[in-house]
Amino acid sequence: MDFLILNEGFRTLSALLVLPLAGAIVLLISSSVTFARLWTLLITTIIAALSLPLYWGFDVSTARYQFGEHLAWIPSLNINYTLGLDGISLLLVLLTTLLMPICVLASWKYIKTRVREFMVCLLILETSMLGVFIALDFVLFYILWEAMLIPMYLLIAIWGGPRKVYAATKFFLYTLAGSVLLLVAIIALYIKTGSWSIPLMMGQEYSTLFQTLVFLAFFLAFAIKVPMFPFHTWLPAAHVEAPTVGSVILASILLKMGTYGFLRFCLPITPAATLTFMPYILGLSVAGILYGGFTALAQSDMKKLIAYSSVGHMGFVTLGIFVLNTQGVEGALLQMINHGVTTGALFLCVGLIYERTHSRELDAAEGIGKFMPIYITFLAFFSMSSLAFPGTNSFIGEFLILAGGFSQSKIVAGCAIPGAVLAAAYMLRMLQRITWGAKSNPHPEILSDLNLREVFTLAPLLVFVFWIGLRPEPFLSVMHTSVAHLLEQVHQATPHLMTAANLLP
Amino acid sequence: MKLELLFAPELFLLLGSLVLFFLTLGDSRGNHSRSVATVIGVINLGLCLFCLHQQGELFYHAYRVDLFSQFFKLIIAAGFLVVLLLGRALKGVRDGVRSEYYLFMLLSVLGLVMLVSSVELLTMMVALELSSFTLYLLVPMRDEATGERAQMEAAVKYILFGVVATGIMLFGMSYLFGLTGTTYLSYLLPQLRFMSDQPAVLVGIVMVMAGFFYKLGVFPMHFWVPDVYQGASNETTAFIASVPKLAAVALLIRLVTLVMPADHNMPLLLTVLAVGSMLYGNLLALVQKDIKRMLGFSGIAHAGYLLLGLLIFKDAGFATAIYYIMGYLVMTLACFLVICKVSAQGENLKIEDLAGLHHRAPLLALTMAVGMFALAGIPPFVGFMGKFMLLTQALKHGYLPLVIITAINTAISLYYYLSVVRVAYCTDTEDRPMVPVDGLTRAVSVVLMLLILAMGLAPSGILDLATSAIHGMPGGPFL
Repeated sequence: MDFLILNEGFRTLSALLVLPLAGAIVLLISSSVTFARLWTLLITTIIAALSLPLYWGFDVSTARYQFGEHLAWIPSLNINYTLGLDGISLLLVLLTTLLMPICVLASWKYIKTRVREFMVCLLILETSMLGVFIALDFVLFYILWEAMLIPMYLLIAIWGGPRKVYAATKFFLYTLAGSVLLLVAIIALYIKTGSWSIPLMMGQEYSTLFQTLVFLAFFLAFAIKVPMFPFHTWLPAAHVEAPTVGSVILASILLKMGTYGFLRFCLPITPAATLTFMPYILGLSVAGILYGGFTALAQSDMKKLIAYSSVGHMGFVTLGIFVLNTQGVEGALLQMINHGVTTGALFLCVGLIYERTHSRELDAAEGIGKFMPIYITFLAFFSMSSLAFPGTNSFIGEFLILAGGFSQSKIVAGCAIPGAVLAAAYMLRMLQRITWGAKSNPHPEILSDLNLREVFTLAPLLVFVFWIGLRPEPFLSVMHTSVAHLLEQVHQATPHLMTAANLLP
Repeated sequence: MKLELLFAPELFLLLGSLVLFFLTLGDSRGNHSRSVATVIGVINLGLCLFCLHQQGELFYHAYRVDLFSQFFKLIIAAGFLVVLLLGRALKGVRDGVRSEYYLFMLLSVLGLVMLVSSVELLTMMVALELSSFTLYLLVPMRDEATGERAQMEAAVKYILFGVVATGIMLFGMSYLFGLTGTTYLSYLLPQLRFMSDQPAVLVGIVMVMAGFFYKLGVFPMHFWVPDVYQGASNETTAFIASVPKLAAVALLIRLVTLVMPADHNMPLLLTVLAVGSMLYGNLLALVQKDIKRMLGFSGIAHAGYLLLGLLIFKDAGFATAIYYIMGYLVMTLACFLVICKVSAQGENLKIEDLAGLHHRAPLLALTMAVGMFALAGIPPFVGFMGKFMLLTQALKHGYLPLVIITAINTAISLYYYLSVVRVAYCTDTEDRPMVPVDGLTRAVSVVLMLLILAMGLAPSGILDLATSAIHGMPGGPFL
């Protein structure tokens, strides 16, 4: 177990997993709506507070998994309960824990029916999302990975928009069907290595055919989750029909699990296959960037616009991952956080308008700048962040990714550049119409500006937009060692293939 | 004293059925019979638990009491009790025959309990027939109003297919007897291994197994399943769908151990049957509207999954199969609990009749959702853990194509399980009445849900028990 630094004393990671579940069980017993809201806010805030010491206590000098916990779970099959955190998962865990209180606040008034059940779903979702990022045992990972679909399905199917059932079913079937072969790949890996431990599966000598098959199974599951072009069709449907908070969680955290999967599994476990498939995946990433950009440009539904912009942004992330150099991977990791912050915030903004006008159409939101100045200020900053304006968080991420891209392949990076321009086009188009748009909005009387609660939901995200944008070092420093170790794993295993990859123009 | 303890659950069930028989003479409404049957169910469960670690042989070695048989008796007793509890109202059964209904159900359980202990072919036959013929009788006891005459068709199909399966089985037994001159499994075992190169051995064993494939609903012995599920009353279907399958799995394990582990034909045959069952069950379940019929096809598919555990001929595989059928019992009973309660007069339910269930009976809706997600094999429920372990065992022994087909089947099956959850949670009630849920039902459904969750998260205990049960079997040491 030399990959794991066991945690003596307080088991923070277990607490992160257990606390939301315990909170959900308490909620099942209670019946008051106000209590449900306050209680969930309390629980999620406590979890957020608990998770902060993970950052302070994190040792940036080692690539081993920290805060580790290890218990036998099903001895006859050698399945263990192993948790741990490294530079790749740390920021994602913090993103999840910090975003959840915001989600509760954002659904305070939005969710009016079956509030208690909604909060239970949120809490169960939090457990499984955190679990996916900190599980180091493949069975534990897979259980949480799939279990997450149930609360998310219910979030969309019960509290969603008019075509919620279609969207939820499509989401569920698409993602679950994608990951059944993942299970087969996991079992195959277990039979090769005799262990379910994810770190022990890395750096093994697998045959090329075996790597290729495992990689393809991994790829299908993760690419659907990301979603990569052409597996993205579930995403706009799910985003449009999901309640605001559902969209936020979907965009900010669930999509990251796909790219996290690439980083955690594809690269270190099947390095040779990664290099073989690298050019194709880079091509798909670029296709996704351009496709997402062009489609977003044509949308009149704001949620759909942001959903397609997600396809483009996630294309940048996969591009960064598969250029396989330090800048690219670090940029991709940072961009995952950025996308979580910015797109989450944009979905919240759309939700705020929807709560007032009950429409997501861009036409209905035209020219509300006059009536909601505070709101427009927030929206403007988040839109700028989304199009990677210098000084905001996404700029750093996209810059690193493109820098990494150019050092790998000029053509690929060059093809991705128009994506950045497209992002500016569709975001500015939306911003312009919402701020000035038509001369007079037909419903000024319902357009009250943000109240204090709503400001509180958006303000923390804005802080992060500028913090990462102006001083990214605290965020980048935690990932240096782990990313370096990861790339070492990829390149060491396949020195001869690396030269082949370098021949890419 | 020792002898009585060995035979205690059977003796008690026999006694109970005598009591129920006398009750049938007067109590036509079945109120007393119900109470008596429930009490018998509870005591039987306690007795089985008490006798769990008994060891011994009875009736000139034809009847073997070991951990394997006692473990199955315990699960059968538990399943029987739950069926009694969830079908308390007995809505779909004719008024005049309710008393007899309980009598026959108890006799069927007695047959099953004896079956899992039989280690001699004729004893096996007698026990199987005792459990089957009483079961055949339960099907047409449904009342006219809710059955719409489908129960008669179902009963005729059930008995005709059943008799054919029995015939095939007897034919197979004659082969085995002819080859070895004995009907005792313990003598059959070494002799059959000695002549495993003869095709007749395989033919004989497969024909005997066919009788139990029929009980389990394995393709191609599945033809009765959809019609009987649909035609029998909800309570009867709950029984048919759960408890007899336990005994079928037990006997299949006993019979499969007769085959030489190195034999190649048997795994191939079982693979074909498994793939056929999965594909047939899942594809036809996709288009069903009647929920019981859908569960019937789903049961065929699950029988296919279960064969994965049998075809690798290892103790770990058999133990997983036992775990899987236990999980299947719990999941199915959870679904049937909801069906029995939601069906107001005992009529058949369409899937759309569950509309708005989250509003009409929140707990039942949750039970249904948990049951369906579990059947679909979604973690953290028992259905996932069972399927996961079956896949692991099968892949360990090199059945990669089979494992991939199973995984794809899981994906296919998602749609129809999910559609039930969708109807229960995402539709309006459309003037459908509220569903009254009494305290007992609440308790049973919570217990079933907790079992589904707990078995999924902590399978170790059951697996260890099942493994030691396998090792205690006559064929165990050969594995």
